[in-house]
Amino acid sequence: MTDAALAPLLISQPESGSAVTTERYPVRVLLVATAVVFLVLFLLLPLAAVFVEAFRAGVGTYFASITEPDAVAAIKLTLLVAAIAVPANVVFGLAASWAIAKFEFKGKSVLNTLIDLPFSVSPVISGLIYVLLFGAQGYFGPYLQSHNIQIIFALPGIVLATIFVTFPFVARELVPLMQEQGTQDEEAALSLGASGWKTFFKVTLPNIRWALLYGVVLCNARAMGEFGAVSVVSGHIRGKTNTMPLHVEILYNEYNFAAAFAVASLLALLALVTLIIKISLEWRYADQIAALRRH
Amino acid sequence: MAANYGLGLKRPSAIPGFGLALGFTLTYLSLIVLIPLAALVLKSATLGIAGFWEVVTGPRTLAALRLSFLTSLFAAMVNAVFGTIIAWALVRYRFPGRRLLDAFVDLPFALPTAVAGIALTALYAPNGWIGQWLMPLGIKVAYTPTGIAVALIFIGLPFVVRTVQPVLEEFDRELEEASATLGANRRQTVFRVMLPTLMPAILTGFALALARAVGEYGSVIFIAGNMPFISEIAPLLIIIRLEEFSYPQAAAIGTAMLMISFGLLFFVHLVQAWQRRRFGHD
Repeated sequence: MTDAALAPLLISQPESGSAVTTERYPVRVLLVATAVVFLVLFLLLPLAAVFVEAFRAGVGTYFASITEPDAVAAIKLTLLVAAIAVPANVVFGLAASWAIAKFEFKGKSVLNTLIDLPFSVSPVISGLIYVLLFGAQGYFGPYLQSHNIQIIFALPGIVLATIFVTFPFVARELVPLMQEQGTQDEEAALSLGASGWKTFFKVTLPNIRWALLYGVVLCNARAMGEFGAVSVVSGHIRGKTNTMPLHVEILYNEYNFAAAFAVASLLALLALVTLIIKISLEWRYADQIAALRRH
Repeated sequence: MAANYGLGLKRPSAIPGFGLALGFTLTYLSLIVLIPLAALVLKSATLGIAGFWEVVTGPRTLAALRLSFLTSLFAAMVNAVFGTIIAWALVRYRFPGRRLLDAFVDLPFALPTAVAGIALTALYAPNGWIGQWLMPLGIKVAYTPTGIAVALIFIGLPFVVRTVQPVLEEFDRELEEASATLGANRRQTVFRVMLPTLMPAILTGFALALARAVGEYGSVIFIAGNMPFISEIAPLLIIIRLEEFSYPQAAAIGTAMLMISFGLLFFVHLVQAWQRRRFGHD
């Protein structure tokens, strides 16, 4: 009786539950309080700290920090790197999911596992592997030097490392969805005389557009925010090979906290926008984003 | 296309583009992932087995690997407990702000690690928002292994919540009712009926959080203090070796870390296979 009377005040159970399938009210309060305190302490407080620290020295300093030439160069480089890495992984994601979802072939599960491989590799190792290949003392180092091609400590290295760490994002959203959708739509289009490419653009792509957007948004957030892998290959040349996260690091290590947090707040905004797009896609198109039901 | 049918590697299909799609996929996968990772193993192999062992068990390396693994283990255990409680609260109860909190669980996936790193340091530094209250109690978080654990808890939290949540959502309430009708009290139902069913998901989330934490760099280095033998994580040691141009040593530490992550992933794989056998579903 008391439970039922108190419940609607603050913490109730979903309609489907009955009295025997939930906890007593004090236990419910305790569990919810624990969850809320933990999330506030570990997630919301750090986020709030970014913005508070960013504006601590005043709005003037904030805007000066994000408009000074080195910061602008870092922002431009970050956008450029994402503009190359994300489309590259989109093309790969589409090709991989087409091959895996539309066909039955030997070694498919191995391929599926290999695609997720970069997620289990430390960011630092993701950068290290390219240094071992293209660095001054790397396997291709002497060849690259004699031909005056610079990969490490330059844009190509940063792009490669970024592609590596964001490699699975698009493919892992598309593969399960396309596997679920099967091949009937494509077969119908083909039997009606559509070409392969036309079938892909007019039938397949519209079927997977929301999952694709979902993957792109997550891929982009990681591409713009990647730190460890890029840090290894960038060389930290101010105004030249510094992406936004690296610029944050340099400012922070120079004890220029206001500027560091100002640039960091831009990245935090990116994270918030990413979360908002992600959540709205999940709410509106839950049925068309297969990965949500997988896990 | 005809060539592919002939090889017998692929079931015949009316859909075109298999050769192009798979060819591109394999080329891209090899160039970006497989060949560079092979270079890592190859480079560490130049040390020989004895040399590799010497690097990996060198006191500083061993201290770094141990620190990375132990702090990650601690963080993953904290996440397993609190992640399960959070998933439980989000799925089972309705309270104001629930959907907002649910959305925020993914923040560590979206927030760049460097940003998380400096924010956590600002909070837990001796004069920070939280650090100033812990200081009088004699608890030092920033620039100690405790700080590393805090950063790793932040990074790993979504893994447990997001693996436990869907399992809890699909949990058959009739099982709980059956348990209650048979005379079990709520505590018995939760600990004897529900938790065993959730355990594979909790273990999977735990292992994923652990695997991520072992390799984590960005959020940790700001708060760690980075003192050799005390608060120097393995990824940082790789970077230090790289800056000394000791490529084979860096590669050896990297290979050791890869082996730890792959071992953890294999563990996840076993747990999931066990789950399928035991419960007949994913």
